[in-house]
Amino acid sequence: MGNGVSVSVEISPPPAIAEGAVREAREELPGDFAMWIFIFAELLVFGVFFLGYASARARNVELFNTSQLQADRMAGTVNTLLLVTSSWLVARAVHAIRAGRAEACARWLMGAIGLGGGFLVVKGVEYTAKFDAGISLSTNTFWMFYLSLTFFHFMHVILGMVILAAVLLKAGRGGYTAAEHRGVETGASYWHMVDLVWIILFPLVYVVR
Amino acid sequence: MSSAEASRPRRVADRAWLALTLLTLTTSGFGEAGLGGGLVAALLLGIAFVKGRLVVHHFMELKNVRLPWRLVMEGWLLLVLGGIGLAYWLGSG
Repeated sequence: MGNGVSVSVEISPPPAIAEGAVREAREELPGDFAMWIFIFAELLVFGVFFLGYASARARNVELFNTSQLQADRMAGTVNTLLLVTSSWLVARAVHAIRAGRAEACARWLMGAIGLGGGFLVVKGVEYTAKFDAGISLSTNTFWMFYLSLTFFHFMHVILGMVILAAVLLKAGRGGYTAAEHRGVETGASYWHMVDLVWIILFPLVYVVR
Repeated sequence: MSSAEASRPRRVADRAWLALTLLTLTTSGFGEAGLGGGLVAALLLGIAFVKGRLVVHHFMELKNVRLPWRLVMEGWLLLVLGGIGLAYWLGSG
């Protein structure tokens, strides 16, 4: 202070500000810890599959490069945009419920589930085109990996949508508040994991050669 | 929480989404141009790492969690993308 006098005044912050400060500095994982154990296990499995793909490719570079040209890169791009946008909407749902806006949270979740549905439709169209072209698991090693990896991820998208739908139902009934919304964070964490895995899967099977 | 405090993580998430969209289009552009080879592969895997980190930090909100949790997530990204890069490098030789 300019006059050399220091004044110490203790002021208790309003509860909402204190809560916000804790959130900013949070060191714990968001949502239920049990879900994080599940997420870590899923990442481990996907990681092994990705490395298996890369290892198989190292022994069959020409086969993988030639077969990859038949993959529908545009569909892969659209699906990546759908998933990252869906993940963003889920992040917005978490922000909305933290601000006590349950209706907005439900709307963001609906949008996220809708885009997840769009992902499934695009992938379904892609699978149909490949099966119509006579491509199957036994066509060659690339297609075995491509179909297995993307279908394994496809099932995770469905599971993620089921989890988000359960969160949406509870949010729609007013089951979450600014003070208690652990379920929204838990569902959001799983959905972001589904997005994270696709972010590696997309360049791996569609682009990198 | 003040409205400014509340909107900060939201704005960060919005910017992360924009970056993810642009990086996705960049990756796709490399594919459309038919570009390949070691340097391009390394660049695309690097882009995937940046995208993954954006999701981990700003969507999963793990930027400020305890170091071991961050190490698990970022270590997973590094190990998997590094392993893929190594396999591609070995395959090119």
